[in-house]
Amino acid sequence: MGTISCDLHKNELNQSGLLVVMAGDFIMDSPPASSIDLVEKIHSIKDLKYIIFKTDGLQRWDSTFLALINDIHSYCSKKSIEWIDDSLPGGVRRLLALAHAVPERRGSIEAARKPSFITVFGGKVIDFANASSDIIAFTGDAFWAFLRLISGRYKIRGSVIFPVIKECSADALPIVSLISALVGLILAFVGAVQLVMFGAQIYVASLVGIAMIRVMGAVMAGVIMAGRTGAAFAAQLGTMEVNEEIDALKTLGISPMEFLVMPRILALSLLMPLLCLYADLMGIMGGMAVGIFMLDLNVMEYYNMTKASVSLNSFWIGLFQSFVFGILVAIAGCMRGMQCKRSASAVGEAATSAVVTGIVAIVVATATITLLCNVLGI
Amino acid sequence: METSMAIHRHCIIVENLTMAYGSSIIQQNLDFIVNQGDIFIIMGGSGCGKSTLLRHLVGLQKPSLGRILYSVAGHNKEAGWGQSHDAGAGKTQNAGAGKIQNAGAGKTQNAGAGQSQKADGKKGESVSFWDTSPDNRRLLMKNMGILYQSGALWSSMTLAENISLPLEEYTNLGKSSIRELASLKLALVGLAGFEDYYPSQISGGMRKRAGLARALALDPEILFFDEPSAGLDPVSARLLDDLILELRESLGATIVVVTHELASIFNIGTNSVFLDPVTKTMIASGNPVDLLETSDDERVVKFLTRGEGRQKV
Repeated sequence: MGTISCDLHKNELNQSGLLVVMAGDFIMDSPPASSIDLVEKIHSIKDLKYIIFKTDGLQRWDSTFLALINDIHSYCSKKSIEWIDDSLPGGVRRLLALAHAVPERRGSIEAARKPSFITVFGGKVIDFANASSDIIAFTGDAFWAFLRLISGRYKIRGSVIFPVIKECSADALPIVSLISALVGLILAFVGAVQLVMFGAQIYVASLVGIAMIRVMGAVMAGVIMAGRTGAAFAAQLGTMEVNEEIDALKTLGISPMEFLVMPRILALSLLMPLLCLYADLMGIMGGMAVGIFMLDLNVMEYYNMTKASVSLNSFWIGLFQSFVFGILVAIAGCMRGMQCKRSASAVGEAATSAVVTGIVAIVVATATITLLCNVLGI
Repeated sequence: METSMAIHRHCIIVENLTMAYGSSIIQQNLDFIVNQGDIFIIMGGSGCGKSTLLRHLVGLQKPSLGRILYSVAGHNKEAGWGQSHDAGAGKTQNAGAGKIQNAGAGKTQNAGAGQSQKADGKKGESVSFWDTSPDNRRLLMKNMGILYQSGALWSSMTLAENISLPLEEYTNLGKSSIRELASLKLALVGLAGFEDYYPSQISGGMRKRAGLARALALDPEILFFDEPSAGLDPVSARLLDDLILELRESLGATIVVVTHELASIFNIGTNSVFLDPVTKTMIASGNPVDLLETSDDERVVKFLTRGEGRQKV
């Protein structure tokens, strides 16, 4: 533990100064208790002309000591108090000189200055406009690449698309099974509580069937894929951007849009309906489990009721939605990946942003499609 | 090789180039010429815009002002490139593969370049990357090989696939000859037998060499190196320098290197440009060894002597 004491001091010219006596250890593990007092003390003395140190008893010191000295030093130079550092350890003086060798950067304070409300608000609006035009531009680019693909201007390589297909289908099955079965189960439970009161538990089958096939299967598959594959797309492309791999493609005249983005959009949008189909099935199974084990319905009863109540239209609407979600999730993931800045943390941000964008897009699209179906009477 | 050195054909001409990100200017008023056969060094302190200049030179970024003109032999050689490019490119590649010697590939290209010079007489014709037709741009890209700072190998592909991709994109070669070429290029950089490794399975230095093999895939006329010795131990860095010299000799390639490694600069550089981050422009150009002896700019001398000044000379 270091100790600091200070005394008024007079020099030959009878000017008033301060003698600071420091002794003991000044290390991070046992900081001196009285450092604040010292600074306050210096501030309180008027007409202070110089500061002199006495450090004979100083034992061990580290950066905490240096910071304290530096604090006093900058106060002294501001108030033009003479700084007599002869008795400070040589290391301290050299480090202090090193710290002041390069003048403090001006202008960095300007960046920290708080902008006015109007600046912030205007900035947000401009950001939003830019982000919207980015989305439109990216979608347009993707559509152009798709047209070039179907007109045979380039081919998609098997070695690129097959890993993506695996990622969008087989790899996702376990999680899709679990989530959709549970969602079916939950729907059945919620419905059963009400329907049992009227002795209409058989309608649980209709409820679960219609809900899963028309909306929930597609939405659940979409949300899972946004969290799983959309994020993976963003991370993959973002890492490629950080590693200059995208630049390497561009300088070879290979469009990243055609080489990287198109296979991902195609794979996900074509496989999503299949995943949705699977999610529908798992959801109905979940509902059936509740029906059989809690409501004493038998399997054939449940099956027939489901078949009777779900129309083919609902089925097509579900598949169509999942196709749309596939495109949205893939575009969100790829776009955030391609927009990634060149740092490791940017890749994380890109993945997060891809999931958020994907899920928001799914919800908005669901609402839009549901509304349209209502208006059109499908 | 010596004859083409003597001609001093201009390879890249940078005219009044200003580089900027938005409204913040990185460098302005850059004017220099890279001659064919040069090993051209872009040097300067950290953050002066060396890598940005390289990104402009390879066509990744559009100049804010001014232009960059290229005159690659292939441009004159195959004027009607749009229709027949695959056949032409294939021929060159086959010649290289047949002889299994880099000298062979180099000769083929040089001979072609020389002939077209005499036949067409279009010595001064150069094209600007951003103003030319898509076909010409593609031809320019084919003739530029770039070694990125970290190698920038495509991580989802094996080394052989990495090298094959440019070949598949620009030539009509069959699978087996592409594979053969990829093995050859890997062998040239000392990575024979690593065809089926993924970039994550090899060391940083090897990744860099594999990146070089990919840059060499299409026998480009201009090779760009972004900080080739960064992250390499001194011996590996030296070996890479020797490799660069060898490539210049045997392939007749023009080489542009971004570096601040003094040993490399003096060892391989034949021409250079020095960028200054404060005045935001070039403050010296010429052979680095001459610059060290004759430059009277304090900043340049300080840089070239590791801040010691010119006391030994």
